Amino acid sequence: MTGGAPGPLLEVEGVSVRFGALVALSRVSLAIDRGEIRAIIGPNGAGKTTLLNVISGFYHPYEGRIVFDGRDRTNLKPPDVARLGIARTFQNVALFKGMSVLDNLMTGRLLRMKGSFLLEALYWGPARRQELEHRASVERIIDFLEIQAIRKTPAGRLPYGLQKRVELGRALAAEPQLLLLDEPMAGMNVEEKEDMCRFILDVNEEFGTTIALIEHDMGVVMDISDRVAVLNYGRKIADGQPEHVRKDPAVLDAYLGMSHD
Amino acid sequence: MDRQPLGPDRDTFPKLVIRNAERFGQRVAIREKDYGIWQAYTWRDYVDQARLIALGLASLGFARGDKIAIIGDNRPQLYWTVMAAQALGGVPVPIYQDSIEREVQYVIDHAEARFALVEDQEQVDKLLHIKGQSPRLEYIVYDDSRGMRSYSEPFLSSLAELVERGRKFEVGHPTYFDDEVARGRADDVAIICYTSGTTGVSKGAVLSHRNLILTAENAAAFEGVRSDEEILSYLPMAWVGDHVFSYAQSIVSGFAINCPESAATVLHDLKEIGPTYFFAPPRIWETILTNVMVRVEDCAWPKRKLVHFFFGLAQEIERARLSQEPVPAWRRLLHPLGRLLVHGPLRDNLGMRRVRRAYTAGEAIGPEIFVFFRALGINVKQIYGMTEASVFITIQKDGDVRLDTVGTPIPGVELKISPAGEVLYRSPGVFQGYYKDPEATRQAVEDGWVRSGDAGFIDHAGHLRIVDRAKDVGRLADGTLFAPKYLENKLKFSPYVKEAVCIGAHRPHVTALINIDLTAVGNWAERRKIAYTSYTDLSQKPEVYDLIQREVERVNRSLIEDEVLRGARIRKFLILHKELDPDDEEITRTRKVRRGYIAQKYAALIEALYGDREHVAVEAKVTYEDGRTGTIRADVRIREVAAAGQEAG
Repeated sequence: MTGGAPGPLLEVEGVSVRFGALVALSRVSLAIDRGEIRAIIGPNGAGKTTLLNVISGFYHPYEGRIVFDGRDRTNLKPPDVARLGIARTFQNVALFKGMSVLDNLMTGRLLRMKGSFLLEALYWGPARRQELEHRASVERIIDFLEIQAIRKTPAGRLPYGLQKRVELGRALAAEPQLLLLDEPMAGMNVEEKEDMCRFILDVNEEFGTTIALIEHDMGVVMDISDRVAVLNYGRKIADGQPEHVRKDPAVLDAYLGMSHD
Repeated sequence: MDRQPLGPDRDTFPKLVIRNAERFGQRVAIREKDYGIWQAYTWRDYVDQARLIALGLASLGFARGDKIAIIGDNRPQLYWTVMAAQALGGVPVPIYQDSIEREVQYVIDHAEARFALVEDQEQVDKLLHIKGQSPRLEYIVYDDSRGMRSYSEPFLSSLAELVERGRKFEVGHPTYFDDEVARGRADDVAIICYTSGTTGVSKGAVLSHRNLILTAENAAAFEGVRSDEEILSYLPMAWVGDHVFSYAQSIVSGFAINCPESAATVLHDLKEIGPTYFFAPPRIWETILTNVMVRVEDCAWPKRKLVHFFFGLAQEIERARLSQEPVPAWRRLLHPLGRLLVHGPLRDNLGMRRVRRAYTAGEAIGPEIFVFFRALGINVKQIYGMTEASVFITIQKDGDVRLDTVGTPIPGVELKISPAGEVLYRSPGVFQGYYKDPEATRQAVEDGWVRSGDAGFIDHAGHLRIVDRAKDVGRLADGTLFAPKYLENKLKFSPYVKEAVCIGAHRPHVTALINIDLTAVGNWAERRKIAYTSYTDLSQKPEVYDLIQREVERVNRSLIEDEVLRGARIRKFLILHKELDPDDEEITRTRKVRRGYIAQKYAALIEALYGDREHVAVEAKVTYEDGRTGTIRADVRIREVAAAGQEAG
């Protein structure tokens, strides 16, 4: 478990987001405790990705605030958020397609690299030590995610399920305190989903990383999350342990309602 | 049987490892690719690690004669555990890592294993499931602690914790390890290898230190194996072959073994290591050949033509050499060019440039595959071996390699042929019997002679020639000789055929069930823009049937040259809708076809092959690795093949 101030790792307090007249999020409050796996689910267009984008600094809320590790950081930009220890993956895989898996993972270390251009170019002294350290930590992730066989394969040539795994690896390479996963299981077959679930649980257990994940497939999420928040039309309609959320009439209505139209 | 002397200072493997550490402690004994880097462990490390594991086990009450199940990929930690168990006078029992729970349970129960050392969570989960019904199993140690945090069972610990226990134990018992090693004797049980068995349940072959040390030494002397060899240890540790090469012979000869990073990276790791000594069952040679051919077919045509030309040339030369015929001068002159342009670079690319000798063992290899690799300039040789003989019975000697024999006996091995035509052998490597199965032992051994179960004969030059499994060689209804494996190996030379089962005993003619190779046929189909959705779908495409028919016709044509077997051409075939799989018990874990079971399971298909229907509907049950079962339905076609004479006209 990561240290820091007492209380939840991340608090979203009454956050609203508008795009012109469209209200994407309406006074959503949500807390993510240290070390938990927190799922945010909801039908299409419920505002899940918007919420993730607010947390990672892509959007700034129109009202409300965001507290991370005890400090208000409502209006930070994405790179600053990343520096604080929040990493994410994207709904549509966003890897560097022409680069090898290894190089893609190394980009996850970028924020932790420091050094002078000259030393880097000469690959000498501290620059060399630093490169070796980063490579070692990336190799641990390669081992962890069992992707040794594709280390040198260009990311664009991999099947979709593996690309998602590589993207998870890149986020892990940043050694985040909070990992945001945007639909990590989208477009996967059953076996790939099972693998991904296992990796998410293992990341949480091995590294103590707090994980927030978005999914619209309820089944998978219920199995692996500690707590589930449900969004519908930009509002939070339920929040709690999976077994409670599963029976919540508002949730059933939102999901069944969707499938009936 | 004659007992060859073994000095008391070198009569067990732990003693030999300690001797290696004293003689060349700083030389590399084991490498493992981990975190992308080859990590090396010296012989000194080997002893130190095995000692701590042994002391850790001793602190848990591991006593002389206790069995420890070892399950996992080839890892230094697991090899150290083999030695640790032996050092305490215990017996390692390696189990195939892809075995399903029921199979693991059978071995653990039968061997009465009190301890288990496994690689990771996957194996721990299997053991936890069966532990309730296997009360003898007391303690489980795992190497990789990934995913294991929430496991709180008191009888479970990590290898790191075990080693820590060992360190503490050593403080109170500083000479315990050395004393226990010194108590070891040549005739102590070194290992129990459960054979995968093409028939029925597996049997545990008991091998002593004497069996393994003498056999490993004799084979090394016969072959000139040196202490500077490098091998890749990638075959299952439960297979006696891996135990003999990666453990016994490595220790006896003092050469280094290399553990690949993962099962998926083996061919890549092979290239990085460039072994000098390599062994593979025919299956692996077939896979490598298929990979090569798929890549060749993807080349631009000038390159493809060039490669095919020089492959053809080199194979002609190799065939002539193997049958001791003269090679025409023009071929001899062109050959160096082929070596420069094609064979050398390809050999390097496969990681076989440094190979001094490579073996194929475990099953008969198709002659075409064998010639292919020899023509590349790789010194591939057949060995004839069995678990019950500590592997080595015969080896093809350098310069005396023939296509149709498996070579001559290694020192210490005697051969004879029973009146019924079965090969019998006697050697210092002959096992101590099947564990807790005197009846099976009695059936296998008579007066020290072991029945191999293979039909064969010794030719005028003293070479052993194996025809087939004794019980598989049969005759067609009209009395024509029929050797199924011979035909199957010919079929399997095709990159498109992954597995084949030929049927014919007491039948009017020969038929075949064929498994296509998904990689090769899938690639072939893609290039021809043939769309398919699944293995089943692809297997039943008429175009694929045409493709396989050409392969069957090729085999039939080649049969004409063999006067004994020419009557047994394949008349009809079908392509199976699912892959034969060890989880479905259709092939063994070492990928040998289980004929009896297949004949039973696919009885409906086989009957259809002897009827006049053109297709037949089937359902097949499949078992997943976690024990769940599912069903595949398909409509399987049947194809008739014209006689060779007819289709030539």
